[in-house]
Amino acid sequence: MDKEKLKYELTALDFALADLKLYLDTHPDCSDSVRLYNSVADKRKVLFDTYQSLYGPLTAETYSGSESSWDWVDDPWPWNK
Amino acid sequence: MWLYEKKLQFPINIKKPDPRMAKLIITQYGGADGELAASLRYLSQRFTMPNGETRATLNDIGSEELAHLEMIGTMCHRLLDGADCELLRKSGYDTDYVEHGVGVYPQNSAGVPFTAAYIQSKGDPITDLIEDLAAEQKAKQTYEYLINMADDPDVIEPLRFLREREVVHFQRFGEALEIVKRLNSGKKYF
Repeated sequence: MDKEKLKYELTALDFALADLKLYLDTHPDCSDSVRLYNSVADKRKVLFDTYQSLYGPLTAETYSGSESSWDWVDDPWPWNK
Repeated sequence: MWLYEKKLQFPINIKKPDPRMAKLIITQYGGADGELAASLRYLSQRFTMPNGETRATLNDIGSEELAHLEMIGTMCHRLLDGADCELLRKSGYDTDYVEHGVGVYPQNSAGVPFTAAYIQSKGDPITDLIEDLAAEQKAKQTYEYLINMADDPDVIEPLRFLREREVVHFQRFGEALEIVKRLNSGKKYF
């Protein structure tokens, strides 16, 4: 999957998690939503790890792919074109 | 603590500079109903929420507002990126330009700088949650006015996303208020 498509898919899964998280905060006993959250979180982890291994760090703390130079500073930053 | 993720919550693909629109949208960065006020409001009020559900709600909505602040800052930056002096002057951005260049500064669309006087943290969950419900409605209204003033679909789409998030947050704060009322069962509020 190319970089932009992968980022788009990851953004969509992150959004699903963000929205489900808020729902679960006020409905912590909704077991269907807990199961849905867990299944989206599993898919998201696979895409997140794939993205970082192919295209560099999304969070510095979960990335150990830099070799002789520090990849975290590489452009683009999210506000750049 | 927080973990920074090097991406936006929603994609922003603004290609065309439009300083007039940047001047309007900046109010959601540093205005009374903007994302900076929202995040500080909820992240400050969370310390005196009474139980896990309400603490989580304020913590997580407050954190999401930081992602929205980044989106709004990105939109303003892109709307100013590449604008020459003539376009800045024609767009009425000259008064901002002499103060901040094309930097993103927390102010409202009339140039009033951000102030913590826009928010409260009253130490009482009922009081704070009722403020939060009103804050979400005011932010939603501001997004509707901004959408009315926009014509570029690349600007309108993220504004519509942010407007929708205000609706969801309003719903969650309403549920949090009901949770607090149940905790204080027997006490009449209305």
